[in-house]
Order: sequence, then C-alpha cells, then structure tokens
Amino acid sequence: MIGNFMLFPALVLIFSGFLSLFLRGNVRAALLLGAPLFTLWMVWQISDGPQLSVPYLGYELTLVYGSKLGRLFATVFSLMAFMGALFALNQRSKLELGAAFTYAGAAIGVALCKDLLTLFVFWEVMAVASTLVLVSNGAAALKAALRYGLMHFLGGVILMAGIAGHVAQTGSISFEAMTLERWPEMLMLAGILINAAAVPLGAWLPDAYPQASWSGMVFLSAFTTKTSVFVLIVAFPGEQVLIWIGLFMVFHGIIWAILENDMRRILAYSIINQVGFMLTGIGIGSEVALNGAAAHAFTHIIYKALLLMSAGSVVYMTGKSRCSDLGGLFRTMPVTMVTGVIGALAISAFPFTSGFVSKSMVTQGAADAHLSGVWYLLVAASAGVFLHAGIKFPWFVFFQKDSGLRPSDPPMNMQVAMIIGAVLCIFIGVMPQSLYAILPFYVDYVPYTFSHVVSQLQLLLFSGLAFFLMLGLLKRTETITIDSDWLWRRLGLILANGTVRLVVRVAAPVRHAGVQAVQALLWGLNKTHNEKGPLGRPAQTGSIAFLMVLFLAIFIALRFYS
Amino acid sequence: MKQQQDHWLVRPRTIKILWIMFSVVLALLVGADFFVAHHPHFGVDGLPSFSAVFGFISCVILVFGAKALGLLLKKPEDYYDR
Repeated sequence: MIGNFMLFPALVLIFSGFLSLFLRGNVRAALLLGAPLFTLWMVWQISDGPQLSVPYLGYELTLVYGSKLGRLFATVFSLMAFMGALFALNQRSKLELGAAFTYAGAAIGVALCKDLLTLFVFWEVMAVASTLVLVSNGAAALKAALRYGLMHFLGGVILMAGIAGHVAQTGSISFEAMTLERWPEMLMLAGILINAAAVPLGAWLPDAYPQASWSGMVFLSAFTTKTSVFVLIVAFPGEQVLIWIGLFMVFHGIIWAILENDMRRILAYSIINQVGFMLTGIGIGSEVALNGAAAHAFTHIIYKALLLMSAGSVVYMTGKSRCSDLGGLFRTMPVTMVTGVIGALAISAFPFTSGFVSKSMVTQGAADAHLSGVWYLLVAASAGVFLHAGIKFPWFVFFQKDSGLRPSDPPMNMQVAMIIGAVLCIFIGVMPQSLYAILPFYVDYVPYTFSHVVSQLQLLLFSGLAFFLMLGLLKRTETITIDSDWLWRRLGLILANGTVRLVVRVAAPVRHAGVQAVQALLWGLNKTHNEKGPLGRPAQTGSIAFLMVLFLAIFIALRFYS
Repeated sequence: MKQQQDHWLVRPRTIKILWIMFSVVLALLVGADFFVAHHPHFGVDGLPSFSAVFGFISCVILVFGAKALGLLLKKPEDYYDR
C-alpha cells in the first residue's frame, strides 16, 4: 500500500532543519518552534498498523507504522526538539540546530518504522547528523567529533552486517522481536549496544558529548541512547544478558560521575547510569518492566535535557564547566538553579517528580520476577543516583564555595525552555496517569503508596546525609578520569607507535641489503649505459641500418626454414 | 555603615538551622516506618528503616569504592594531549 507522504513525520523535522540553514530572525525561529509541534500533532494522527509503505528492491518498506511504543518515543522526541530549539535559538552556529533537527527527525523515523532497512537508513542519518552537531562547535570539538563519528560508523557497520545476515537467513526484513541464537542477531545486538553506550565501548559518550556547545549537548543527550532503548524494547525484550549489561552501566555511570570534575561529564556519566536502568528493565522483560523501561526513557529525556539546559546556561553565562571553577551561583541565577534542582530531584526519583513514577516500575519488575540480587543492586543504585547527580550537580555548581562569579540568569527564551522542562517533570510526577495512559502495556501499578513514599524518602535523604558527611572525600580535584576510551586514545596510539618502531628496527638490515642491491644495479647500468659503455655510445646511422637488415634477414630465414 | 554580609543562606547560623531541620526530617522518616505496613519483597527489606540504612551504606561503599578506583583512574587534565 502506498500511503500518504503527508503522514511521514520524520521528514518534517529533517526538511525544516535543512530549510532553517537559509533563514534568519523571526522566520527561522517560527519554523524551528512550529515544526516540532506540527510533528507532534502528526504523530498523534497515526492510527495503529502500517500507514505508509513503499516497494524497494523486491521488499516492502514500512516507513510509518502506528504502535503505542513508537508513538511514545516519537512524542518525547518531538517535545525534546521543541524544548531544545527554544533553548538553542541564541546559538550562533546555524548548522547546529539544522543538524539537530535532522537528528531528531531521524530518531522519529526509527521510532515509527517497521522494517530493518528503513531502521538502518535512519540509524545512519542519526550518526551523521549528530556528528555534525559536534562539528558545529568548531575546532575544539573536532577530534572528539571524529572519534564519535568513527565509533558510530563502526556500530552502524556491525548492525548492517547483522541485518544482512538476518535477512539472508530468515528472508524477512520485519523489525520485530528476535531470539539471540545465531550470529546475525548477536551482531545486531552488538551494533545497537554501541549506540546505547553499553560496556565496553560506552566511553564514547562522556568523551564526545561534553565537547558539544552549551546547547548541542542538550540534543545529543536525548536521541542516540534512547533510540537504542526503543530498538531493544522491540527487538530483544526479556533477553537476560541485558540485565547484567544494564547493571554494569548503572554502576559504571555512578562511580565515574563521582570521580569527575566537569559538570557536563558528570551529567554524561549519569546518562550511562540511567540507560543502565532501562536496559535492566528490558532484560527483565515482563510487562511492568518493559513499561518501566519505556516510561523511564520518556521521563529521562525530559529531566536530562532540563539538567543539561541548566548546565548549558551556566556555560553560556560563565564559559566555565568545571566544578572546581564554579560554586555559589544560586545568588544570581535563581531560575537556572531552581529548574536545575527540579531536574536533579527528578533524576533521583524523588516522590512527586517524573523519575519516581517511571523508575519504580523497573524495580517493581525485578521484585515481581523474584530477582532479589537485581532488586538490591537497583535500590543501591537509586541511592547512588542521588549522590552522583541529584546532589552533586546542584551542590557543586550553585552552592558549595563562593566562586566569586556573579552571572545573571540566561536570556528569556532559555529560561522559558527550562521552566517548560521543570513543569513537565513535576506534572508527570503528580499526574502519573497522563504518562501511564500512553505506555505500551496496560499499567496495573500504583506508585503512590504511603509505604513506597516513606521508603524512597528514607533512601534518598539518608543518601543525602551520607553525601554531606563525606563531603571532604568528594572534594573536586582538577583531573579527568580515564575510561575505556583509553583503549583507543592511548593504547591504540602506543600500539601504532610501537609498530612503527618495530618495523623500522626489523626493516633496517633488509633496507640496507636492498639499498646495496640497487646501488650495484645502478653501477652496472651506469657501466653499460654511459657514453663509453657498449649500450650508451652514440650509434652511427650506417651501423643501425646494417643491424636492421641483419634482423630482417634472420626473420625471413626463420620464416622459410621453420 | 553596616558591614556588607554574605547571602543569608550561607551564614553559619542558617546552616546550623538547616542541619537541625534536616535531622528532624530524618528522625520523622525513621519514626514513620513504625506506622507503615511495608510489603517486603524478599524479607530483609521489610525491616524498619531498611531503606535508610541500606541507602546510607550503599553511598558509603560507592564513595570509598570510587575513591579507590580513582587512585588508578584519575589523570591530569592534559593526559590525552601529551
């Protein structure tokens, strides 16, 4: 069935991102704010089932397919594009928002497609567009952008190899739940996990994201990892290995965030931590756990964007990002501080914020499945989230010592974007039914019981007590913390240099012999071909004619007597 | 002329009051546990003030674990540029 191209929401953002490069002033702003809202409206016009298909090389590509899960992700991606555009209007690089919209549009394309080929195309568009978001921050970000691009193209190649093998073996391009028994599916999972910033290559995220501009990181935090979460929910629900990968990421994020000094690297590690919660939920695979993973992706995108807008405002106004340079900003940046604190409470799953109603579904899933070890680790990690993001970020940026900096709150559009994010965090926390109604499965879960609220407050506030009692141990140092990116940023370099040295050493005798052989050859050639040599002397015309006749005679003789 | 004072929020007196308020809230939360019917999943988590103790201990372990790893993993900021 060839449907109506007007129902292809991904193209609206991609096209308006491209168009925005040629516009300026209010027209550009109107386009960039209107397009996400129009996309959101379109997403909710899509009814269930296939809506737009095109034939391609003998396959039927399902470009747009209505499902509750896809609509959930497309909704939050559209909201995110709107908030991000409002926040980033003052960004001087036009390329950044243009690329960010292409990136967001492609993410929506993934969320709404139903075949692996379309999925792959949008996947790669996301890789290119997100690399451009980094590149648009200029020379400082170029090396990180290159590493980021290489890592995502590697992930793309592995995913493509998996898809090709899967299609060859099953003959189906349908994007649906798969089992992890043969190598093509394993390759697909590996490719997806690279984008999810999973162990062992996940260090690309904290390496690259903090190199983006003050507004660029807001976009980067939203789409790549959460698109992977969406694909994993569809393709590998209940795949147990995801539980352990997820739990590893949860603690990887916390521990590295505790050690980091740069506030945007802290928030980057907390993305890994939060995606870990989602992967654990997907691995558990029950309806409540999958609902939890999807809901947590939804709420996470909003509160993480809010946190990064708050951090971005600080970078925009002060040019500083290291905790050791910041502190005491609450005096002059009240809006940035209050909205940032709301984001920090939401990521910590404080009652009456969005994180509380989404994350608790994942832990509930672990409890229902009688996975006691997983449950204890998830609860310990919830305490750790408050420690590394919930208190650490606002404390070191807005309170702590007085850094002497007195920046004002950022321009009005940036404040409004942060206020919208904060309102959404509290609205979802207070009215969880609004989110539960659009989750993939029916929700039979009540987050607000007296027992649950008291337990959660105990957990968080005693973590807070631990934070302030151990403040001396958490003092920021002017250091970076190496991660698995050491493998390709340091070990790779050492190996490459070592190889060069080895080659030079082994090759020296060989080269010496080679040089001598060439010199001998040249000496010989010189001997025969110099002006006195037998082949180098100027020849007389007569002797050449004689030689020609002689050759001719030999040929004729051979012709007749053979 | 009155000497210029720092923001009221960072004066020692305010910080002392905040600590007292925080302690009261913590005590109330622990106290509330004795009036709540918890529905433990695995047994231990049903004990009174389980969450408080578990949260506190988790954070202590995480911080000390991170400090220990930090000895190995923390490098100067120009580590990759050298």
